[in-house]
Formats: sequence, C-alpha cells, structure tokens
Amino acid sequence: MRDLNFMLAGVGGQGIILAGDILAEVGLRAGADVKKSEVHGMAQRGGGVTSQVRWGQRVYSPLAEPGRIDILIGFEVLEAVRNAHYLRQGGLAVVNRYRLAPPAVTAGEAAYPDEGDVEREFAARGADLRWMCPPSGRERLAVGVQLLGLVSALDPLREAFPPEAWLDALDRLIPPAHRELNRQAFQRGRAAGADVVPAREEG
Amino acid sequence: MVNPMDRILLSGNEAVALGAFEAGVKVGAGYPGTPSTEILESLASYPGVYCEWSSNEKVALDVAIGAAYAGRRALAVMKHVGLNVAADSLFYAAYTGLGGGGLTIIVADDPGMHSSQNEQDTRHYARFAQVPMVEPSDSAEARDLVAQAFAISEQFDVPVLVRMSTRVSHSRAVVKVRGPAVAPGKRRPALADPLPVSDPHSRSAGDALTALTANPGKYVMVPGNARGRHPVVRERLADLGRWAESCGLNRVEPGGRALGVVTSGIAYQYARQVLPEASFLKLGMVWPLPAGLLRRFAAQVDRLLVVEELDPFLEENLRLLGLTTEGKRWFPAIGELSPAAVRRGAVQAGVLGEEPPEPVPLPSLPARPPVLCPGCGHRPIFYALRRLGAVVFGDIGCYTLGAMPPLSALHTCGCMGSGLGNLHGVAKAMEGSDGNGKAAAVTRGRPAAVIGDSTFYHAGLPALANLVYNGGGGLVIVADNSTTAMTGHQDHPGTGRTLAGEAAPRLDPAEAARGLGVKRVATVDPFAVDEFLAVARAFLTAGEPAVIVARHPCVLQSRSRRPPVRVLAERCNGCGLCLRLGCPPLSPDGDGVLLDSDLCTGCGLCVAICPRQALIAVTDGEGDSLHA
Repeated sequence: MRDLNFMLAGVGGQGIILAGDILAEVGLRAGADVKKSEVHGMAQRGGGVTSQVRWGQRVYSPLAEPGRIDILIGFEVLEAVRNAHYLRQGGLAVVNRYRLAPPAVTAGEAAYPDEGDVEREFAARGADLRWMCPPSGRERLAVGVQLLGLVSALDPLREAFPPEAWLDALDRLIPPAHRELNRQAFQRGRAAGADVVPAREEG
Repeated sequence: MVNPMDRILLSGNEAVALGAFEAGVKVGAGYPGTPSTEILESLASYPGVYCEWSSNEKVALDVAIGAAYAGRRALAVMKHVGLNVAADSLFYAAYTGLGGGGLTIIVADDPGMHSSQNEQDTRHYARFAQVPMVEPSDSAEARDLVAQAFAISEQFDVPVLVRMSTRVSHSRAVVKVRGPAVAPGKRRPALADPLPVSDPHSRSAGDALTALTANPGKYVMVPGNARGRHPVVRERLADLGRWAESCGLNRVEPGGRALGVVTSGIAYQYARQVLPEASFLKLGMVWPLPAGLLRRFAAQVDRLLVVEELDPFLEENLRLLGLTTEGKRWFPAIGELSPAAVRRGAVQAGVLGEEPPEPVPLPSLPARPPVLCPGCGHRPIFYALRRLGAVVFGDIGCYTLGAMPPLSALHTCGCMGSGLGNLHGVAKAMEGSDGNGKAAAVTRGRPAAVIGDSTFYHAGLPALANLVYNGGGGLVIVADNSTTAMTGHQDHPGTGRTLAGEAAPRLDPAEAARGLGVKRVATVDPFAVDEFLAVARAFLTAGEPAVIVARHPCVLQSRSRRPPVRVLAERCNGCGLCLRLGCPPLSPDGDGVLLDSDLCTGCGLCVAICPRQALIAVTDGEGDSLHA
C-alpha cells in the first residue's frame, strides 16, 4: 500500500476522534503500519481540534509535517482553512460546508473568512477542494462518517478500498445502537462522492 | 481456543494499562489529568485489578505505595503537575523502597500545554529523587516498558517512574495482542482468552507486612533511620547505572558515521523520520544514564546531536560525561517538538540540506479557543460575579474558561486549590485598608474564589480549613457540576460512584464546609439567576467565611434538553447583554442577535437576563418546527 497521510480538522465535539479511529482501522486492516494522533482535554470544549492518521510501510512519527498531508478532512470551514498549509501540493481537501463562528467573530472583532478566500487559499496550494453539503438534525452526529463516505469515493481511495472495508471498520468501532445512523451517513457521503467523480473527470 | 497474535491499535494510555494488567498489577490509583486520564479508565476495565480515583495525586501515590508495601504490584498515575502534588511521597518511597512489591509511577508530561498550566520536564524528578525512569516512544513500547518497570522496581527495591507525553499518550499505534479487537466503546482489547497473568508474588500480603514491621530502620523515616537510608539510595542509583549499560532498554540503531543522535520518547520518532541517514542511540531508560554506552556511541560518530523534548536534560548530562554534543542550540526547549521543528533544527545545524520553505498557515484567521459549552452551569456563576464586580481567584477545571472574554470574570488560575489560599491572603492584605473603608454593601473589588467540586476535594479542603482557622473572610463558590468535567467526566468523592461504576458514599461540599466551621453555607442552582445573585451579594460582603455550592449538572452529561430559545426580533434593541454571556449559539446580526438553534440547549440564561423579553423559552409542547 502507498503511504498516505490524513488530517482531520474541526471543532471539539464534532466526532473527530471517532472518524480518525475508523480511518486508522481501515489502514490497519489493509496491512499498513498505522499511527494516529489525537487531542483530548481542554481543547475539546469548543476549541479547534485536529487529528492525523498516517498509513505506511513503517510509520515513525504520529505527526506529519506541514506540506505533507495527502488528504485533509475538514469538519468546519474555518478549521479546514486554518490547516490548509498541511496539505501537499495537489492534495485533496474534503470540507463540510459548515460555519461555526468563534468568539472573536461573535464579538464582532474579527471576520469569518468568506468562501472565496477559502477557495483561493486551497487553490494557491494546488489542492483539489471538494465541498460537502452539511447534514442537519440527528445526521449531524455522524458528520465525520459522512465525510469519510465522501473521501472513500474519491481518488486515491476509491479503487483500493471498497465500501465493505469502511463499513467493517465502522462496525468494529461503533456500538450497535449508533451503527445504523453511521452506516447511512457513510452511504450518503459515498453517494455524494460518486456523483462528483464523473464531473471532475469531464472537467 | 488460542487466538493468533493480532495487530490492534491502542493509544499509549491504553497500552500502559495493558502492560500493567499483563504484569499482574493488583492496585491502580490516580487522579484524572490530561494527558494521563485514560490509563486508569482502561485499567479499571480489566478483571482482577482494583483501581480508584483518589482524591488527589499524593493520596494516589500513598495508596500505591501501601499496596506495594503489601507485596503486590501497584500503579500510580498522574499528569506532570500531579507529581508536584505527590512529590513528597515519591521522595519517601525512594528512601524506604518497597520491600519486594513493585511500584510503577506513570507521569504524563504535556509539552505544548494542550491542557495544562505549564510545561514541566518530569525527567528532573528522576534525578531529583534518585529513582530510575523509563520513557516509551510509542504504544508498543509503553506496554513493554511498564512490565519492565515493575521488574526493575522489584529487583532494585525502588519506585520506577514512567515518563509519558501527550503525543505518546494520545497517539494510537500498532500493538500485538491475543484477542480480536478493541470492543466498541471499550478502552481495552477484548480478551478472547484470559491473558497469562504473571503473578510474581508467591509471598502473601501478610508475609510482606510481617517483614515490614520487622524493619523499622527501613520504613520509619525519622532522621536517625533516614540517615541510614540515604547511602542506600545513592548506591542503588549507581547499581542501576551499571545495569543500564546492558539492560536492553537502550539500543543503538547503526546508520551513517557522520551523525549520531541520542534521543528518547517521542523525539526519537520525529528524529528517525527526519534523519534517516543518522546513527541512533535510543534511550528507553533515561535515568540513570548508561555512561559507557554513551561514550562508546559518541566515539563511533563524527558529530553528536541530542534531540529531546523540553529541557536539555540528556544534553547537560552528556556534557557532564565530558562528551561534546549539541542539542538546544538547534532544537527548541519550549513547546512541543514536532517533525517540522526537528527538520528546522537539523537544517540550521547543517546536518540536512536546505529545504523548500515550510508552508505556513494563512495569517489573521480568528482563533478558536475553548469556551464554556452552551448550557454550562458555570456561565451563570460568572455572569453573577461580573455583575457584582468581584475579583475572582480561580482554579483548574472547565470553569477556568470563565476568564475568557466576553465573560472575563475569573482573574487568576495557578494550580489545583490555589484560589482559596490566594483569596485568604488577599483578604488579609486588605484588612484595615481599602477593604474596611468600603461601605458594607459595596461588592465591587471584593475577592471571591471559584473552585470546582473535584478540585475542592483535591486541594480545596485544607485551604478552606486554613481560611476558617485563621479568621479569613471572602466568598468561596464551589462550582459543583457533579463530575470531573474537563478531563472527560471522571467520578470523585462527590459523585456517589467509584471508578468501577459502583455506588459510593456521596460527599457534599456544603456539609464539608459546615463541618470545617463555615457558618454561611448555601446550595443554589446558578440558573436561578436572581436568587444566586442575592446570595452571592450577601456572602461577598459578609466579612466572614462563606461558601456557595453552585450546583448544576454538567450539560454534557445531562440527559434533559429543552427546546432552543426563540428570538423575537421585533423586541430586540440590540443592547448586546446576551452576547456578553459568551454563549456559542448567540451572535450579532445587524442590530439584533442570531441564535443557532442547533447549538442552543434551552438553558434559559439569556432569557433570564434579557431586559426586553426578546428571548423567550419554548416549552416542550410548542414550536414543533424548532426541533425537527
């Protein structure tokens, strides 16, 4: 398997740890050496949270360097663009189109970056940016798994990992009571990803 | 049926627990603290191990020492600042030894201060207390080194420190175990078959204690006896230094001759990634150091670098051995190390060629600091204290976030329990001066302390006893959410439950305060805004010790959610009072406010304080469209 570095970025409470666990489990089951870094504690109280997952032949550091992440999974727009510099040239960014104003924006002291700025920032880094339509209601609880569904339908994972590999990891890590919600979220994301692939190939 | 070895992913913390379980640990004790918390939570889920949340780290270490005195293997677990609390106990245990029981102390450093008030390098404690320290660099090593630590402890009759760090504790990495996987929602491997637990102790606890009572010179640390033990401590460390030369915990990974790197812990992983050509001396045991091995390694390379996180601990000790080495000249001593920081240092040191410029983040993005959750019971406490103009001496917990704007109603945070002592000192310093000149009813500028319920049992009780005994005044608010919230909802003496999930006596901070002699004690739900304000005002100006137990369950644990608050735009005049609560769902919207109904828990604080009734509570029966 080729070495792949993932980064997940969002806000405490969005399910970043679980989504990273699933990603790590998929890599492990495929025979890779895997390391994953997480953030716990104070930052989880509504602060910005990131996690990295690394698959490879032999992975030393659980952290990759800026400019060396292959796939950035953004749970929230500001947190995605804040970590855009981790992406390598030509990397993939999949971003949930969800905006959560941080305190400085709520207080009117700072502006939330507008979507044009965000797109320019990713473009400047040669990244392939894909927006995901944000889930609402109960489906928000599984936003991370929906993002994984979308990522799973795109290159470079589309060919190597069939949906079963993902659903198997999901079943291993998610307690039965929440499995159906998450399986549906995965399929929703996957379907959205499948839709955008031909469009990109045409373009 | 025996399962084949399977590869599973464990966090460093889960791996420590697995290693301790496999080593036959009998007792585990600790106090929650990021990044160490999950170790005991995981260990508690294994069969046959007694684990507890102790009221603080010092108590935890004394408990573990007791279990080791009884001839068993015992684990004490804490974060780096926890060892400050427990240091007294570490030092006596270093003198007495354990008499055959095994004592391993896990201490998790937090470089970069992800969730801490400082960054300390715990390796200094190993040297300070003259005890050995091992340091894993990933989960597999964490599991193995914990078992080794018990063996060292028993062989040398010494407590052994295990230094973890955030990035080892909270990274998942591959560990080989028997058993298929980690069961969903569990923090340990699902054990298809019981693991071969090696109980190294054929001796009964009774025999261990008989040996203990027969040896007062070793266990009663009065000066006359302690004088006899200090030389033993010194000699033991010298023995350990000799043992370290060939113990197998320190390994040379040969590479090129041009560059040799001495490293340990997570720094090893970063350096291995960034410097693939170098030779490595990877230290699994960082105190005492293997002088001969270090000298031989130094002689085999042209240039010697030390890559280590935080202080120049190895570097300075290598210099004391007379070795020429460079470390902190190139690699930062402040903050968390990273592969990028190692690369920058290596380029500056000239051991790596110039690299393309490192990508940097977009400047001027608004920061996203942690905030009190929507519906948090701490928010109305700080709303009240700000209205009263109190000067608030804080403590360690979620409520420290009351310092963040726009609440800005907590003015110090030092360490666990410090706020109560600070409050007392301030009140004494004000006696006879500005404090007394004030009209009795004036609350502005008066000191108060806010301490969480778990922190109250950790370090608040002695400070409150002191305040009462020494005739202090001032308001103490126990922010009681009935859990240790910041670290992820651990139990404590006030929750009525143990770490094992069993029912326990439920201590009440109000009863404790009365028992310590506080006359003015009230328990109030801070969401009863007017009542809370009235009591706080009266207590703040009382001139005698006064305690409010501000009790409201943590919103993250509470199952009852109310429908989101509704904004009546036509009534709102944009005064901004509600925005000054710093509640995430509320944001300015032109001349009014916008409420994110997905985030709102319907706690009603904004409803209570809005002077124009522009925010209204929705009862469960109405507003179906609001919670679809």
